Amino acid sequence: MFEYAPAPESRSVVDIAGSYGLFIDGAFDGGKDGNVFKTVNPATEEVLAEVAAAGPEDVDRAVAAARRAFGPWSALPGAERAKYLFRIARIIQERSRELAVLESLDNGKPIKESRDVDLPLVAAHFFYYAGWADKLAYAGFGPDPRPIGVAGQVIPWNFPLLMLAWKIAPALATGNTVVLKPAETTPLSALFFADVCRQAELPPGVVNIVTGAGDTGAYLVQHPDVNKVAFTGSTEVGREIARAVSGTAKRLTLELGGKAANIVFDDAPIDQAVEGIVNGIFFNQGHVCCAGSRLLVQESVADELLVSLKRRMATLRVGDPLDKNTDIGAINSAAQLTRITELSEIGASEGAERWSPECTLPDRGFWFAPTIFTGVTQAHRIAREEIFGPVLSVLTFRTPEEAVAKANNTPYGLSAGIWTEKGSRILAVADKLRAGVVWANTFNKFDPASPFGGYKESGYGREGGRHGLEAYLA
Amino acid sequence: MKAPAEPGRLSVRKTYKLYIGGAFPRSESGRTYLVDGDNVALASRKDARDAVLAARSAQPKWAGATAYNRGQVLYRIAEMMEARRAEFTALGVRSSELSAAVDRWVWYAGWSDKIAQVAGGANPVAGPFFNISAPEPTGVVAVVAPPSLLGLVSVIAPAIVTGNTVVVLAAGPQVAITLAEVLATSDVPGGVVNLLTGRYAETAPWLASHDDVNAIDLTGVDHPDVAIELERAAAGTLKRVIRPVTGGVDFTADPGLRPMTALLETKTVWHPKGY
Repeated sequence: MFEYAPAPESRSVVDIAGSYGLFIDGAFDGGKDGNVFKTVNPATEEVLAEVAAAGPEDVDRAVAAARRAFGPWSALPGAERAKYLFRIARIIQERSRELAVLESLDNGKPIKESRDVDLPLVAAHFFYYAGWADKLAYAGFGPDPRPIGVAGQVIPWNFPLLMLAWKIAPALATGNTVVLKPAETTPLSALFFADVCRQAELPPGVVNIVTGAGDTGAYLVQHPDVNKVAFTGSTEVGREIARAVSGTAKRLTLELGGKAANIVFDDAPIDQAVEGIVNGIFFNQGHVCCAGSRLLVQESVADELLVSLKRRMATLRVGDPLDKNTDIGAINSAAQLTRITELSEIGASEGAERWSPECTLPDRGFWFAPTIFTGVTQAHRIAREEIFGPVLSVLTFRTPEEAVAKANNTPYGLSAGIWTEKGSRILAVADKLRAGVVWANTFNKFDPASPFGGYKESGYGREGGRHGLEAYLA
Repeated sequence: MKAPAEPGRLSVRKTYKLYIGGAFPRSESGRTYLVDGDNVALASRKDARDAVLAARSAQPKWAGATAYNRGQVLYRIAEMMEARRAEFTALGVRSSELSAAVDRWVWYAGWSDKIAQVAGGANPVAGPFFNISAPEPTGVVAVVAPPSLLGLVSVIAPAIVTGNTVVVLAAGPQVAITLAEVLATSDVPGGVVNLLTGRYAETAPWLASHDDVNAIDLTGVDHPDVAIELERAAAGTLKRVIRPVTGGVDFTADPGLRPMTALLETKTVWHPKGY
């Protein structure tokens, strides 16, 4: 085997300042009480920047700015709002290399994913929803759909810019204004997006970015002048938010956790399935709410499939996120690494068999080798709890009915995968799976024209497509 | 309100019982309460749990029935209700409301095989994939029903037309149980609609926190504090919640799609396209 030569992307395309303020009413300024936090590169633990931590007063100011902007913004003809969104989409395309490098630095994800997946999708979302802005009367939500008002949006650290696009694009297209809080470990791309808004000459107050930790998000969600709350993140926090908005007039959509089953039948093309399994669980270090974290293999092909899977896993390259050949980057934070490590140890202690390919992990930063557990039963915690890391649990089944029963045996219902050459089986199994997205003979595909969201405790509401407009229309 | 008795004849009174799994049991608690001179079953939390079990068992088959079949069943309800106008009239339901309730069943009957086309469809994704979104029922829905017959029909019909099954906490028990008798003699499979009479404040909290209930419709909750408590309880399992409308819903207006779409999930299925 030939070794790959290092192929690092240059970080000179991105200029990160030493410190960042909040983006409120079209301008950056520091938080009222001067609190800051540091955001680090998870691959090196190097501090990238200091960022203002927004307190209640800052959230008040941001919501007030969004409220002031709401009247004129919602009164703008849809075609004019569309042009702002098209401008934003174009600027994102033009700055996509810079934003991709920034995202990989702050998040730890491989550059080939931020460059080839995240950024193209981010631009595509703004393009897609731009086109809706002047066509809302045709969207099927009544002849005179109206915006709701100020949207408070809280997004996670796994796809910082993509989740921002999923939230902001439909909100602006429908005439709402937003206050968005990015995750505290990945605030930078949202702040760069604020600069994109300025470049697009978006009216001040239409988009406001408040950085901070969970308490900043809680202030925002509970703010009395926020009309709509959109959250993507853990099911636990989702529950808290659902409780917090109880009894208010706030509209709520939630995109929460998952424990997706990736079901491989005995007639599946094994090589394709293995690629899909690898993509399903190791894409973005497994930091994916719809990750295929439970592999259900038909017993008759389990041995053969595991041999291929292990062989494929041995070729995965773990390391520098900025290297273009890297498949698996850094775990986003020390806290997340601890959680993955703990749950993996529980998996082993509960009797599942643990395996990782040989790989050398860097000395500094947060790293976890791709891992699979075989001999997993439904009672094991690694088969029930979301690990949110590059850890796959392998279970087996004998009949399609058993596969469906095991796949549905979870409080979650975000996504699922089916691998079989038999079309009628795909349709029958897809019908029976209780999940919002079902990938057949593929996995982890996203598109702005395509609704995405969960059943059961994976949340409510859909993002993407015509369906994604509903959350922002009265 | 009672039908006038024939002179010289003692009328046979009707006992109003619960409607669970297609049968009319008394409350397992043995309790009744008095409404307009009738003893009506007072549902307990055990009755509510039994009703959820019945609704859950009936749900996959009801959702798996063809949309055409569900439409036929809903239309059959309208037929049976039309034939029983006198009974509802005797309970004091106005003729116009009765007509509107029958017509509402007919309206929703027609939606069964159309909602998937209106709320779903093929998505033009940028890549070699076939990708389709279709609405599916959310599962078992608990409903705190408003007191009027039209209100009751207007919360049950949109829930079941798409394949959900319901546990309804009914106000106006005689009217509700008379509707249950209509349902029982239509072609609605047992367990698809379950009706409990009694005090919703007693049973609703158990349904709101029940692990096997997927959504809760609070339209008929008339006390804001109770509504908040129920919504908060529903957050524990991330149930879909339909909040009560301030000032009440005008059930005579065109309902639109929301009563149906609020109880639907959207499933998107992807498949590669190629030779």
